[in-house]
Amino acid sequence: MIETIDVHKSFDGKEILKGISTVFEKGKTNLIIGQSGSGKTVLLKSLVGLHEVSSGDIQYDGRSFKGLDDAQKKLLRQDIGMLFQGSALFDSLTVEENVRFPLDMFTNWSEEERRERANFCIERVKLENANAKFPSEISGGMQKRVAIARAIALNPKYLFCDEPNSGLDPRTSIVIDELIHEITHEFQMTTIVNTHDMNSVMGIGEKIIFIYEGNKLWEGTSDDVLHVQNKKLEDFIFASPLFKKIRENNK
Amino acid sequence: MQDYYYFYLTKLRTIFDIAMRMFYHLGRYTLFLKKVFGKPEKHAIFIRQIVREIDKLGIDSLGIVVIISAFMGAVITLQTAYGIDLPIIPRYTVGFAARDSILLEFSSTIVGLILAGKVGSNIASEIGTMRVTEQIDALEIMGVNPANYLVLPKVIAFITFIPFLVIISMGIGITGGFVAGSLTGEVPSPEYIYGIQYAFQPFYVVYALIKAVVFGFIIATISAYYGYYVQGGALEVGKASTKAVVSSSIQILLFNLILTQLLLA
Repeated sequence: MIETIDVHKSFDGKEILKGISTVFEKGKTNLIIGQSGSGKTVLLKSLVGLHEVSSGDIQYDGRSFKGLDDAQKKLLRQDIGMLFQGSALFDSLTVEENVRFPLDMFTNWSEEERRERANFCIERVKLENANAKFPSEISGGMQKRVAIARAIALNPKYLFCDEPNSGLDPRTSIVIDELIHEITHEFQMTTIVNTHDMNSVMGIGEKIIFIYEGNKLWEGTSDDVLHVQNKKLEDFIFASPLFKKIRENNK
Repeated sequence: MQDYYYFYLTKLRTIFDIAMRMFYHLGRYTLFLKKVFGKPEKHAIFIRQIVREIDKLGIDSLGIVVIISAFMGAVITLQTAYGIDLPIIPRYTVGFAARDSILLEFSSTIVGLILAGKVGSNIASEIGTMRVTEQIDALEIMGVNPANYLVLPKVIAFITFIPFLVIISMGIGITGGFVAGSLTGEVPSPEYIYGIQYAFQPFYVVYALIKAVVFGFIIATISAYYGYYVQGGALEVGKASTKAVVSSSIQILLFNLILTQLLLA
């Protein structure tokens, strides 16, 4: 479980996050939704420690991130897996080497054990026969799957995904969403997905937080989200013609 | 009168801004070096990285160093030969002058400037691209010190290999002079060979190697610094690469002056 308590973040005097307090639950796919520029990515990067919060606190299973020294932060980071918007795979390494990277860096396992674990993760994301390929030789969807395999290599407790569907076709997006959802339940991780894709919201959103101009305006589940009486959330959800039609049909 | 004051105030303000920017970069560069010189995570991986970087930054630079050294050695020899017209000056002076020019200045400083262009832009663009594609963020989230993991092997590889490049450059440069002098008939072979042995000071080689190591450090760290702090996209990576080359070249010239005064005075 990850809890944010009154988190504020400013850049050059401009306040981006204006006091976010919420709980991201364990074993669930928690979604942060909101328009571009609403502060979603800043919140996600603050959660993983890439940005230091201006005030407030972030707690990982009751441990305050602020209160940890460098060695403790390093240990905590090994419990974190992250899927970046552009996958962030290392160009000079093959698929297998990318997935093995955290294992090579942080475990004292034998060569055989590391290879076995890497192959398990690669097979788990259904990417057999791609071990020897470089990131530039595989499709965007495959790159995302490799990034997921790398993120789960050390069996993390927390998984963060920054717009996992960006640049993917709708069918591949669903595959990636389902994969994230499945591994969250399989490994009982606290998963936080940053998205503005409404298909993801409806498909995998077990807990949803809506951010608007740096404030948390609403939180709930995918069952509630279509019936909310909140003008800003409605504008966001029903922005696409498809969802507008669904709403009209429901009426 | 008011315009006069305004003009000087504006100039002062500009100088102040430049000085502040310089201090800002100096401070950030120092903090960056502190990160770079941390303890490597895994020694086996670190050694493997160093070997890779020696191949990428060192061996790959051999071609350009050989070509430039051969031509520069030839040109230095011919220019010296054409410049010495007086019959009372012996022809072996050409070999002597070419050797000292190559040892003292060309093989360390000029090769350093050329490598600032080749290796410096390579390092800055590689690290810059990793920054803008979030690969550095990925390393940080995993708990790896990205500056240490990415930059330290480059620094060690480059300062280890650059003395070899300089020694090779010295040999090729002097050989280039010999070939040019012989082929044009300006400097007979025995005279040139006598000249390059005449009044030889072994310390000049040590001096060139000390300069090479310092220049290698400047090129690797300054270029990595510019790449590491890139913000934006491909355009900014290109700009950082240019800044890395310009800044390392200026620092090479500055340290060339300082080291010459310290070592030869």
